[in-house]
Amino acid sequence: MSYPLRDDIYSNDVPQEPIRAGFGRGLVKAGEEDESVVALCADLTESTQMHLFKEKFPERFVEVGIAEQNLVTVASGMAHAGKIPFTSSYAAFSPGRNWEQIRTTATLNEQPVKIVGSHAGVSVGPDGATHQMLEDIALMRVLPNMVVIAPGDSVEAEKATRALAQNGQPSYLRLAREKTPIFSTEDAPFEIGKAYVLREGSDVSLFGTGTMTYQLLIAAKYLEQRGINAEVVHVPTIKPLDTETLLVSARKTGRVVTAEEAQAAGGFGSAVSEFLSEVLPMPIKRIGINDRFGESGAPAELLEYFRLTGDAIADDVLAFTENMPRYHQE
Amino acid sequence: MLEEAGSGHSAGPLGLADIFAALYFDIMEIRPEEPDWDERDVFFLSNGHVVPVQYAAMAEAGYFDKTELSTLRKFGSRLQGHPERIKLPGIEATSGPLGSGLSQASGYAYTLKYLDKNPQRFVYVVMGDGELNEGNIWEAAMFAGKYKLGQLIAFVDRNNIQIDGATEDIMPLEDLRGKWESFGWHVLEIDGHNIESIIDAASQARAVTHRPTVVISHTIPGKGVDFMEYNYKWHGMPPNAEQAKEALEDLRTLGGKITHEGAGV
Repeated sequence: MSYPLRDDIYSNDVPQEPIRAGFGRGLVKAGEEDESVVALCADLTESTQMHLFKEKFPERFVEVGIAEQNLVTVASGMAHAGKIPFTSSYAAFSPGRNWEQIRTTATLNEQPVKIVGSHAGVSVGPDGATHQMLEDIALMRVLPNMVVIAPGDSVEAEKATRALAQNGQPSYLRLAREKTPIFSTEDAPFEIGKAYVLREGSDVSLFGTGTMTYQLLIAAKYLEQRGINAEVVHVPTIKPLDTETLLVSARKTGRVVTAEEAQAAGGFGSAVSEFLSEVLPMPIKRIGINDRFGESGAPAELLEYFRLTGDAIADDVLAFTENMPRYHQE
Repeated sequence: MLEEAGSGHSAGPLGLADIFAALYFDIMEIRPEEPDWDERDVFFLSNGHVVPVQYAAMAEAGYFDKTELSTLRKFGSRLQGHPERIKLPGIEATSGPLGSGLSQASGYAYTLKYLDKNPQRFVYVVMGDGELNEGNIWEAAMFAGKYKLGQLIAFVDRNNIQIDGATEDIMPLEDLRGKWESFGWHVLEIDGHNIESIIDAASQARAVTHRPTVVISHTIPGKGVDFMEYNYKWHGMPPNAEQAKEALEDLRTLGGKITHEGAGV
């Protein structure tokens, strides 16, 4: 059973949409499916696409104002009163500013508060480094009880939002501002905790999360032209990691590259490295932002500068495969 | 409890004993044998470090056996150094890091008012005065004021001390009444050791349906123990065995006003 990718992903006409748009639609559906779902926002209702929910369910929408600490703690109280609260802001502010409140009142307190961080990654663009959140994956995944999801496109974001409404756990949903290509289809599976093999290969495993999965599909195409048969695995759930799927792929190819639009330290690549180093130590290359902040620029320009585009990734993967021995069992 | 635990906070819990007695034995509609009772009033402790007094009140009320009090802060105990909801039924929220309890209580009160449309239940909070240094408190104060959360009733333990010294030296809070009023709150000021005043304040607060109420409760830190009263050094310290004995004697004799025989010591 192969993953149903769109058949036009390599065409210039592949449809594009911001991942946050899928969240906006998914939240309305989650609200229709369960009347306990409520939404709280910190003065960024349209930016985070919560306005769709607000229009549909005005009585279940709470404007908290520019107060991210209050945003999650009020949500924690609402969760205790039996609601399923989704909170949204820019990722730089939530979970950027209110990490301790999330730690104590959501995760240690085991309340199913949903933290939705929009505008993550350098592709935020002109707003610059202050607003380009790169450390959120690291911040969220170290918290016990926390689920961490970075959907690959808007279609998947919609499914992820509906699933998070029903998982009963504190959860972080990472969204992006800019339009990105849609690679999945309505029929594509999404389950919290599952990774999906999008393209089978034998020479190297490319594990991607969020916006980087599409770039890995492009990279795999370039690599094919250069004689490298890359396997692409989409990992929307960073925590809990689908170790089974990742291990099967890593064992098959013997070399792993991870990609995320976030700090390479502490994030998704680190999670994969931590896991594989204990069960199947092998060369791993982590692609991401390397210990620096972003800066202003056009989104495409920044992705190119930080070598987060398919062609640049292909070059880096090629260099890695040329220099690194493949893991062999025994 | 604290002497046995070997660490913890002494002054705050003693100063709050009267407020907790009033809350657990008069003010709140609760069922200790059914901590999750649907129609209960809800209590959020915002300054989690004073939790020994809450544990004592809960044990007295029948949430758990009093013998468990001696496990405070020990490995495997349900009575964690700072309260944890998951560990002990009857604790409504995990707290300790200051400033978040008022927000959680506001979220609960918002749900009762606007979503459940249930005016019968009330949400009580206890906060420290030093805790009011936290910005999160004022975010919550604005929120509760905006949404006119009349079912929210907060007690501020105005004991004038925090770890580093007097509150007015560390970070002045006055005009405290004016601050809360300007945020849209109904403000009451009481002697936090007068049980009747505490109960009266709560019933007055319940009658104010269009605004949240804060009860600024003037208390004496370390109340009832001569060598602890008003001394900020006892904020974050437990007594040793000798001091504990002296403290209990003080408390049981009302500072010597009752003879040992009479107090049954």
